[in-house]
Amino acid sequence: MAEPAIALEGVSVRYGTHLALSDASLAVGEGEFVALVGGSGSGKTTLLKAVNGLVRPDAGTVRVAGAAEGEPAHLLRRRIGYVFQEIGLFPHLSVAENIGITPRLLGWDAARIAERVRDLLALVDLPPEMAVRAPVALSGGQRQRVGVARALAAEPKLMLMDEPFGALDPLTRDALGEDYRALHGRLGLTTVMVTHDMTEAVLLADRIVVLQAGRIVADGTPADLLSAQVEPGVRALLQSPARQAERLRARLAGAA
Amino acid sequence: MNARLEAAFALLPQYLGWHVLLSASALVLGVALSLPLAIAASRSRRLRWPLMAFASLIQTIPSLALLALFYPLLLAIAAASKALTGQGFSALGFLPSLLALTLYSMLPILRNGVAGITGVDPAVVEAADGVGMTSRQRLVQVELPLAAPVIMAGVRTAAVWTIGAATLSTPVGQTSLGNYIFSGLQTENWVFVLFGCAASAALALAADQLLGLIEAGAARRDVRRIAFGLIGLAAGVAAAILPLAGLGRETAYVVGAKNFSEQYILAELMGARLREAGAAVERKDGLGSAVAYRALAAGEIDAYVDYSGTLWTNVLNRQDNPGREAVLRELTVELKRRDGVLVLGSLGFENAYALAMRGARARELGVESIADLTAVAPGLTLGSDLEFLSRPEWKAVKGAYGLRFRTERSYQPTFMYRALAGGEADVISAFSSDGRIAADRLVILADPKGAIPPYDAVVLVSPKRAGDARLLAALRPLIGRIGVAAMQRANFSVDRDRDTASPAQAAAALAAEIGLSD
Repeated sequence: MAEPAIALEGVSVRYGTHLALSDASLAVGEGEFVALVGGSGSGKTTLLKAVNGLVRPDAGTVRVAGAAEGEPAHLLRRRIGYVFQEIGLFPHLSVAENIGITPRLLGWDAARIAERVRDLLALVDLPPEMAVRAPVALSGGQRQRVGVARALAAEPKLMLMDEPFGALDPLTRDALGEDYRALHGRLGLTTVMVTHDMTEAVLLADRIVVLQAGRIVADGTPADLLSAQVEPGVRALLQSPARQAERLRARLAGAA
Repeated sequence: MNARLEAAFALLPQYLGWHVLLSASALVLGVALSLPLAIAASRSRRLRWPLMAFASLIQTIPSLALLALFYPLLLAIAAASKALTGQGFSALGFLPSLLALTLYSMLPILRNGVAGITGVDPAVVEAADGVGMTSRQRLVQVELPLAAPVIMAGVRTAAVWTIGAATLSTPVGQTSLGNYIFSGLQTENWVFVLFGCAASAALALAADQLLGLIEAGAARRDVRRIAFGLIGLAAGVAAAILPLAGLGRETAYVVGAKNFSEQYILAELMGARLREAGAAVERKDGLGSAVAYRALAAGEIDAYVDYSGTLWTNVLNRQDNPGREAVLRELTVELKRRDGVLVLGSLGFENAYALAMRGARARELGVESIADLTAVAPGLTLGSDLEFLSRPEWKAVKGAYGLRFRTERSYQPTFMYRALAGGEADVISAFSSDGRIAADRLVILADPKGAIPPYDAVVLVSPKRAGDARLLAALRPLIGRIGVAAMQRANFSVDRDRDTASPAQAAAALAAEIGLSD
């Protein structure tokens, strides 16, 4: 088998006395779309941040494909796209400057950055005149599209997303999710996405990793996880989208 | 135009130039020191607390005391430097003022710096890490630009504080707009006091507006505003300090004066003599009593008038009183030997510390000498100038006569006489050459035990000018020429409420009276 895009072995992270992640091992293959699901405090965000070095493991090893031994974390992060719920657009920079930030850190020339920004605006379905706007002048959905564009700017092969669409209204969220899933395929990305929304995970991901209290308790395709081997709690979680869909259908039929 | 106002405007270029140079240097130094500290403190919680506590502690020290404290400290460092490297530096004037004001300016910049940097949205900080910035890139490209408006607000506060506090650098020998205030307060020249306050307030306001422009520019990311503000500040500072370049620093004689009218008049008189001899003259006014002698010994001022008894007790630490002639003789020998200071001679009058009362009140209580006072003192209030109560003379008098007053209050000299006239004080520590003694019909209490040493006014010359023929020739004619009545008249012309003369006018009149004007 080819080298995995990400390989975590026995990773533990401690915040003070609290064990946020306990002995987690996970391999993500190139091109996979993996969803990390679990309740709040389950360790899914910690696991994601351990991948790009925003969190340093107290034990275990994290390997990212193509990373040299002892590569400084900031160089690693320039090769990994990172999107999170709060987005964190730089308020003092224009949309174009926000998108072009990682290329600039990498020392790309101005013409190449400008061309890349144009392409990315088109890719995330934003009009080109958006480039000169300040982030504060954008809607929530537009801002998150800029966030995705910024993460993709330096042409990473690996994308890490932490509840990327969590703060958006349902329609925008649905559209952005669909759009991103298409980009993932088109660009040949490897994506790890944290979400607490099972429906989103089932709709977008190839593979679902379930965390509980800092431990990985299940790992497989949605179909695998519905099989009898998994513990009842996890299966209940997996079944919740289907149950919701049933209830929705029933209520809508009743109203008609 | 009013003559006083005209005199004030004539001094403005020099005072304003020094004031601007001093405050601008202190502010630049304050920003240069505080900003790195603020960055360090925003990174480390452990550093933050002690740093902020230290900066707050400094704010609690009255600014005048902070300025004064730097003088002895620098004097010791200068002496050590001279001993180690043969290279000394001036401990008076610019340096202590600069250091004290720099420390003073640091708190608002530090506090706002830490608040600004730690106040940056954590999501933005996480994004900066996420896109692959190094810690330094995050600071320079994200945190500092976003914190800039808050930091600039701190710099504005610091600028206003510094410009205000710089007026207090006058007593440690640094010319500033405070010269108007201190000399005006002393000579009851309220035009000067107001002028000094207004000039300093206008300067603070102008600096605040220009810094405000930069702050607004930083907040709106408007480079033009920032540029206007910076250019305005630079142009203002350059224009203000330009007149200082014209001062002949090398050849000028520095004449010192302590902080009362007689000293201003005599300094004017000496300055006029030197100018008539074709020399350039600079002034260091409003010096504290102990500061003045040390400054002379260190060569930071070249000449000033001091009083034999003050030097006897404060410099030589003597408690005995061998008599007027003996004190003067021994001083001349001792000061030369100890510090190389030349006692050029006595001007011819005494300005002794004396206890004085209103004539009527003294008669009513039957008091003629300090000895008579002992019995009635427990029911009386003593008003003194700001330093008398901590001087050895007071200890000597108190010890010799067993004096104990009901209350002891310190006043700025002008207000001390007011307090006596108004009955708030029954006895004051007066100066025997003060014109107000005759004018206010005060009586000076006799000192039968000779507890108060003699206070002949003597001209002192710094070691480095002790052989300067031009200086000595210009000042020597003053020796033995000024009687106490002439000095009292000159002092009163400055201290009286109506028809007040400036120290320069009084000096000119005094020169005419003793036949030294041409």
